[in-house]
Amino acid sequence: MSQPAPHLHQGPTTRGTMLAAAGCLVPAVAWGVLVQGPGALAVLAVAAGASLACELAIGLAAWRRFTLADGSALLTGLLVGLSLPVYVPLFVPAVAAAFAVAVVKASFGGLGRNWMNPALGGRLFVTFSWPALLAVRPRPPAGWLRVPAGLTDGSLLGGSGQLGLVSTLLLALGGAYLLARRIAAWEVPASFAVSFALTVWALGGLPAGEGLFRGDLPAALATGGFALAAFFMATDPVTAPRGRAARLAFGAGCGLLCFLLRVYARRAEAPFLAVPLMNMLVPLLERPAARRGRK
Amino acid sequence: MKSRSGEFPRRLWGENPLVAYLVGLCPALAVSNRVANALLLAAVMLFALLGTGIASVALERLLPPRLRLPARLLLASALVSAAQRFLWALAPTLGAGLGIYLPLLAVNCLLLGSAGAGSVAEGVLEAAGRGAAFAAALASIALVREVLGAGRITLFPVGHFSGVVSLRGLPPARVLAAAPGAFFLLAYASALVRRRKRRVA
Repeated sequence: MSQPAPHLHQGPTTRGTMLAAAGCLVPAVAWGVLVQGPGALAVLAVAAGASLACELAIGLAAWRRFTLADGSALLTGLLVGLSLPVYVPLFVPAVAAAFAVAVVKASFGGLGRNWMNPALGGRLFVTFSWPALLAVRPRPPAGWLRVPAGLTDGSLLGGSGQLGLVSTLLLALGGAYLLARRIAAWEVPASFAVSFALTVWALGGLPAGEGLFRGDLPAALATGGFALAAFFMATDPVTAPRGRAARLAFGAGCGLLCFLLRVYARRAEAPFLAVPLMNMLVPLLERPAARRGRK
Repeated sequence: MKSRSGEFPRRLWGENPLVAYLVGLCPALAVSNRVANALLLAAVMLFALLGTGIASVALERLLPPRLRLPARLLLASALVSAAQRFLWALAPTLGAGLGIYLPLLAVNCLLLGSAGAGSVAEGVLEAAGRGAAFAAALASIALVREVLGAGRITLFPVGHFSGVVSLRGLPPARVLAAAPGAFFLLAYASALVRRRKRRVA
């Protein structure tokens, strides 16, 4: 956008972007803590603490730089914590956050050079390392908010029931702010949601033998994990593609993979698996635009 | 190629075939899930390397250049097959642990790619250096993978000792015992070696 002189620049800084994203997580974090109680606080604190400690140690030891101030480690820690259930032993969030910062981000050269969202990498590492510890199991809510038993499955985001619907809405609220500030590209969550909703609605009933257009759409959209992945992880400016067409295709691919993994593979962490798979395809998605020579 | 005894450490570390040149990866990644398997495969590799190393001296003198590669290939296959038969006769369970990767050693680049030596002593030294480097890299990757990924160390059963040392601690991270773990560790080992190399140079 070109303005008349003087051309003053106060563009978005990394720090401002990261802190805004972390701030947009606050409603969902508060809701998770209120429902799940002290356990949720412990998971979040350990994840954020491990992420910050790892970033500090690597920044100082490898690069002689203090990199904590860019806020990306804090955001990674929060995302890792939010994506985990509350009943995991506390070494799980610590390992997930450390893996995210040390392996997924720092090994490739630090912030801006990673090809996969760090929080997702950490989440997947613990998912496949300790599947038994992370398996979904019902857990009575131990929080300060009185919610009927049987509604929560122990996820910090409330699982797939009504509690999950609330956290989906809270995450969407935070996400809407990110979209309005143009920190996140609107194409990604929009096409992610549309392709996920369409495929679930049209084909989601097939495995249960119910025919076309009978999928359980509300339950699918109410998983907090979906909103977290669509608004905060798939839109990561480092790992999402550039260009409108590429972003639309990226989101659509995320939605389709998320549908397949959720309905056919029955994986609770389907959104977290779908986004890294599409992250791998980003260079391919960006290629047509690069060939034509425009952005 | 010149080789002197002083170059042995350089072979072991800076010119390690596995982590510096990424040669012979296929069996290394597959078999480094257990320390015992890694040691066994490295021993067979050392045997085959020594055999081809010594024989290559004779091959250089006797055969025209265009027949050397086929001859090496035949020789490597024969040596690996002999080692395989020997292992299956002597310790069938250990041999079964290596699976298809033992016969596949016959077409390993490490065996085919070694340079011709001028004398028998040089050939032996060259082969021993490569074999030791391969063994060291493979065993250390296997040690990390098995300790962190399975919570145990598998060695060879001797007498009353079953060969398995179980470790206590956190539940093992299964990713490291699976194929991705080998890629992670190999990448880090390779990065470490290259970093050291760049500093020395």
